[in-house]
Amino acid sequence: MPIDSPNPASPGAQAPRWLHWLALAAVIATLALIALGGVVTSKGVGMAVPDWPTTFDHNMYTFPVAKWQGGIFWEHTHRLVASSIGALTIILAICIQRFDERRWLRQLAWTAVPVVCLQGLLGGLRVELNRIPVFGMPGAIFFGVLHATISQIFLCVLGVIALGTSAIWTRVGVLGRGLLGGRAHREVLALTGAMIVQLVIAATMRHQHAGLAIPDFPLAYGRIYPATDADTLSRINQRRGAVVDDAPVQAFHVHLQMAHRIVALLLVSGVVSFALRQRGSGQPWAAWSRIWAILLVVQCGLGAATIWTGKNDGVATAHVAVGALSLLTGATLGIALLRARNGAMAINPCDPTRGEIQTAAEVRSLAS
Amino acid sequence: MKHSLIAAAIAASAATVLGGDVTGTVTFKGTPPPEKPIAPLMADPNCGKLVKGTVTTRHYVVGANNGLGNVFVYVKAGLAEKKYDAPATKPVIDQVGCLYEPYVSGALAGSPIEIRNSDPVLHNVNFMKSEAGNTPFNTAQGPGGKSLDRTFANPEVFVKLQCNVHPWMFGYIGVVNNPFFAVTDKDGKYTVKDLPAGKYTLAFKHLKGGEVTQEIEVKDSGATADATIELK
Repeated sequence: MPIDSPNPASPGAQAPRWLHWLALAAVIATLALIALGGVVTSKGVGMAVPDWPTTFDHNMYTFPVAKWQGGIFWEHTHRLVASSIGALTIILAICIQRFDERRWLRQLAWTAVPVVCLQGLLGGLRVELNRIPVFGMPGAIFFGVLHATISQIFLCVLGVIALGTSAIWTRVGVLGRGLLGGRAHREVLALTGAMIVQLVIAATMRHQHAGLAIPDFPLAYGRIYPATDADTLSRINQRRGAVVDDAPVQAFHVHLQMAHRIVALLLVSGVVSFALRQRGSGQPWAAWSRIWAILLVVQCGLGAATIWTGKNDGVATAHVAVGALSLLTGATLGIALLRARNGAMAINPCDPTRGEIQTAAEVRSLAS
Repeated sequence: MKHSLIAAAIAASAATVLGGDVTGTVTFKGTPPPEKPIAPLMADPNCGKLVKGTVTTRHYVVGANNGLGNVFVYVKAGLAEKKYDAPATKPVIDQVGCLYEPYVSGALAGSPIEIRNSDPVLHNVNFMKSEAGNTPFNTAQGPGGKSLDRTFANPEVFVKLQCNVHPWMFGYIGVVNNPFFAVTDKDGKYTVKDLPAGKYTLAFKHLKGGEVTQEIEVKDSGATADATIELK
C-alpha cells in the first residue's frame, strides 16, 4: 500500500523521513544551481569555456583549479554543480523506487532523470551550437532560453517529489474537498502557468544580452509606454555606455521588457488577491499563499532594483533566484490544492485494494 | 603604332594609379555621456595587477578641439570591383592589460588578421555573431600563447570580438573589401593612404555615434574630408 496513505488502517504511515530530506536537498541544490546559472548569464560568461563536455580539452573533473579564472570560474562551477545534481537526481529516483510504493511518485522520480539529462544536454548545446541558427534565431538564444526555462520546470518536478514525500502531503490529502472552494487549485495552477510564460519572457530578455532595454522604472524612458521609432532608438543607442558593451537596443527588446512589466503586474495582483482571500481560513495553504504573495512582491522589488542598479550582477541574479522560488511555491501549492480538492485520488488514482481514500466524501468524513 | 598603343596603355594605367592621401578630422558635436570605470577589471585578481590607475570604457574618446577618436573611415562606394592583395603586414590586435588594443581597427576582407595575447592570463577570443555571413569562432588563447590568424571573408562594419573570461573586453574590426580605410586617432585625425584619383563616397562610422557619409573627389594632390558626428 502507498506509504503515505492517509488510510486509517495505517495511521501515520509515510515515506521514510530521510527520503523527504533527500528530495529537499535536491530542491535546494537545484535552486542554488539556477542562481549560479543566473550569475553566468548576468556576467555574460557563458562562453568563457568554449568547449563541452570537455573544459579547454580537459576532462571537466580534472580541469586544474589554478585555471578557474574570471568567467571560467563561474561557467566551470556551474557545470560541476549541474553534474552533481544529475547524480543526485538519479540517486533520488532509485531510492524512491526502493522505498516508496506510490506509482505516481515513482513515475515522477523516473521522469526527473531524463529531464535533468536533457537539461545538461541543452547546456552543452548552448555552448556548442551557439552560432547555429535555430528557428531564425541564434542557437545561443534558442538553447539559452530553453535551458533557463526547463531548469525551473525541473525544479518544480523536484519540488513536487519533495512535497509528495513530506508529512504535509498526508495532511492535505486528509483535508479534502469540502474545506476549500472548488476552484482554488485552478486559480493557483493558472497563475503558475502565467509565471512560466513570464519566465520565458524573462529568459528571452536575458539571453539577448542587450542590457537594460529600458533604463528607468516605473516609467519607461519617462513615458507610460516608450516610443520605438528609428530616431528614438538611435538616440537611445548613442547614449548607452555600459561596462559590458551590450548589443544595440531594438524595438523588440523594448516591447519584450514592457511585456515583462505588464505580466509582472498581473501576476502580483493575482497572487496577492488569492492570498488575501485565503486569510483567516485556517488552512495550511493560507500561510503558504501568504508566503507566495510576499515572494512575488519581493520579486517585483528586485526587478525594479535590477533597473535602478543598472543591472547589477548580484541583484539580477537574486531576481532570477527569487523568481524560481516563486514558481516553485506556486507549483507546489497548486499541486497540494489539487490533492486537497480531490483527496488522495487526485494525483494518481490508485488501486482501491491498496487502501487509498477513494472519494471526496470519504476525505471529508475523515477530516471531520 | 604598336609602341604608341603600349605608351597609351601605360599612360592610362598610370592615370588610375595616381591619386593621393585623404586626410581630415572627425569632430564630435554634443556632450558625450561620461565614461564608466571598468570596476570588474580593476577588481580582478589577475587583470587588476596589469593596469595602473582607473581604467574606463572607451565609448567616446574625445580629444583636442572635440576630435573624435576610434572612428572607422572607409571608402563605401566609388571603387571598381576588384580583388586587392593582402597587405604586406597583417593587422595586429593584441590583448594587453585585459583589454583589446586597438579597440577599433580595420581589415581587408579575405586577408588575415593576427590576434595576440600579451597578457599573462588566459583569454578566449569569441566572434559570436555575424550579420554578413562571416564564420564565427571562439578560441582560447593562453598566456604567451601562439598568435591566432583569423580571416573574415565578407565586408562587415563592425566585427565584434569579445572575451567571456573577462566580460568587459571588447574589440571591433571594420572589415571592408578594399584597403582604403583608417581609424581616427585620439584627436580625431586620420589618413587614408594612396587612394586612386576619382570620386568616392567616404563613410565615417563610430560604434555609438553612428555613420555619416561624404562625397569626395580625390585628385593627384589627394583630398581633405572633415566630418562631424553628432549626439542627437
